[in-house]
Amino acid sequence: MVLLLAAVSFITFTLFQLGPSDPAAAACGQECTPERVAEARVALGMDQPFFVQYIDYMRGLFSPRMIGAPGAQTLCEWPCLGKSFQTNESVADIIARSLPYTFSMAIGALILWTITGVGLGLLAALRKGSPVDKFIVGAASVGVSLPIPVTGLFLLLLFVNQLHLLPFTTNEINSPFGPQGPGAWVANYLLPWIALAVLFSASYIRVTRTNMIETFGEDFIRTARAKGLAPRTVTFKHGVRAGITPVVTMLGMDIGLLLGGAVLTEQIFSVPGLGFTAVHAAISGDLPVTMAITMLAAFFVIVANVVVDLAYAAIDPRVRLQ
Amino acid sequence: MTHTPLTQPLSRPAPDHGASAFLDVRNLSVKFPTDDGLVSAVNGMDFTLERGQTLGIVGESGSGKSVTSQALMGLLKGTSAQVTGRAMFQGKDLVTLPESAMRQLRGRNIGMIFQDPLSALHPFYTVGHQIAEAYLVHNKASKKQARTAAVDMLGRVGIPSPEQRFDEYPHHFSGGMRQRAMIAMALICEPELLIADEPTTALDVTVQAQILDLMSELQEETNSALILITHDLGVVAEVCDDVLVMYGGQCVESGPVDEIFYDTRHPYTLGLLNSMPTLNGSASQLNPIPGQPPSLLDLPQGCIFSARCQYAELVGDGVCAKQRPELTVDDGHGKRCHLSGPQIITIRNSR
Repeated sequence: MVLLLAAVSFITFTLFQLGPSDPAAAACGQECTPERVAEARVALGMDQPFFVQYIDYMRGLFSPRMIGAPGAQTLCEWPCLGKSFQTNESVADIIARSLPYTFSMAIGALILWTITGVGLGLLAALRKGSPVDKFIVGAASVGVSLPIPVTGLFLLLLFVNQLHLLPFTTNEINSPFGPQGPGAWVANYLLPWIALAVLFSASYIRVTRTNMIETFGEDFIRTARAKGLAPRTVTFKHGVRAGITPVVTMLGMDIGLLLGGAVLTEQIFSVPGLGFTAVHAAISGDLPVTMAITMLAAFFVIVANVVVDLAYAAIDPRVRLQ
Repeated sequence: MTHTPLTQPLSRPAPDHGASAFLDVRNLSVKFPTDDGLVSAVNGMDFTLERGQTLGIVGESGSGKSVTSQALMGLLKGTSAQVTGRAMFQGKDLVTLPESAMRQLRGRNIGMIFQDPLSALHPFYTVGHQIAEAYLVHNKASKKQARTAAVDMLGRVGIPSPEQRFDEYPHHFSGGMRQRAMIAMALICEPELLIADEPTTALDVTVQAQILDLMSELQEETNSALILITHDLGVVAEVCDDVLVMYGGQCVESGPVDEIFYDTRHPYTLGLLNSMPTLNGSASQLNPIPGQPPSLLDLPQGCIFSARCQYAELVGDGVCAKQRPELTVDDGHGKRCHLSGPQIITIRNSR
């Protein structure tokens, strides 16, 4: 896991070094002379050899370090992810500011699409071949082919502009425990949640349905029925637990991805989360910010993988270590 | 193959038997609608069974053995299968009984053992949990009592140190142990009727004998009726009182086990017996029945076996291909064949 993160950080770092943007030129502003660019280069630490820069950067993840040109150094507190080339603000602060928005958006969407995706998928599997099943499968096909910009803008137009049921997304709310209370939090993020859930639950419906139909055909389900168990026990205790593992895998991966920032959704609903911040940083060649968000996203995906493995062990005794 | 003479009176699978039989199946049919048409998996089965008796249902794959057992268990309820006929059990018709009432019978009054114990046991729950669960559905008991009952049952089916084995998962068990656990699960509520669907097919030969002995033993203890579904005639000879030979979803011959073996009256049964490898025969010489079983989508108009029957021309006039024979019962021994008794005897003696 640590090795994987190191590899990701190294690759990201290399890519930025190879990239066409010159952060020093960008940082020195409009009235730039070659001398000032050189100064800026020193100030940003970009005069150092590549490996020195990389090792300096990695050191900052574990301890505070000094940053800036010799003579004008400032302390970068742990965890030091560098300072923004654009605003000179600590990257750790920028991320700390963006994260709550991303969390707020991810958690609600996650709950919403898991419930609808697994619920409808299960319903379709139980009613296989019926009109209910056909409707759900059809709706899932439509849902999966609707891109976020379409659903997002449509939702905004309908609920905010036309019906005035919901307020436009504001940056002031990023936690259900804020002064505005959980109600305002839900109202603020409901539309992005729905937009994400429409997209994600479609694939959850299909995966759940396929796996549950397969599981309901298993011999152990017949055994459970032969014991005289209630249909609910057969469906949930014996069926769902066995058929849900692929959904757990998907969920783990998607959580990891979503925590790294939902770029499109954040753009459309103007939520200043990680994805939003990353896009702006990348456009303006703000290496430390982009770097940090990329690493963080990779970290989330890797952690999600570990959590999925642990969840597997909890569900399936056959994968438990002896 | 050992064959012990039968001491108990037989329940004959005779159509004119009174409705007072413990299990009385009349004209049981199962059809599955498919995209290609109606598949007739079982066509008009008749048999009766008394407590303490063992009925063997024999036939090759696709002959309708397993579907018959699933229809009796009510496992086809809620599916697209069309089950018709009557199956009287303790005054209730298993065919028309609603699922909720059927559920009360399943596990408690009718137990079932399946072919492959690895896939039939839930991989995510301990063996003990699954057995205790079967006990808890039908008994008002605490989890602790259920555990005690399950551990006791595991011991009775011959699983060593059942207290520890209770908490192990199916994948920790060997094939034979798994089938013992399966039997424990089926018998924990002491059902009066036990249906075993190829219980020994997935097991190796030495374990097969142990499992059969165990089932016979437990059957004797509880005086339950047993329906043993198998394609293994050796198994039938060992444990069954009566035999019902199925072909293409129909009963082609039925009767007491020694009559089926020594007074065979149907060419298909003769073929089955003849196809069994013998110890003194040449190892390379197997005698299969030529041809394939008929498609259940489109059953022949005449005798279902006629296409594969070597003796159809003995009847003459192509009767076998045109007219389906009825099941004729003579002193508890039924056959569905146009050949006359003397003709069959001649055939039997000629081979």
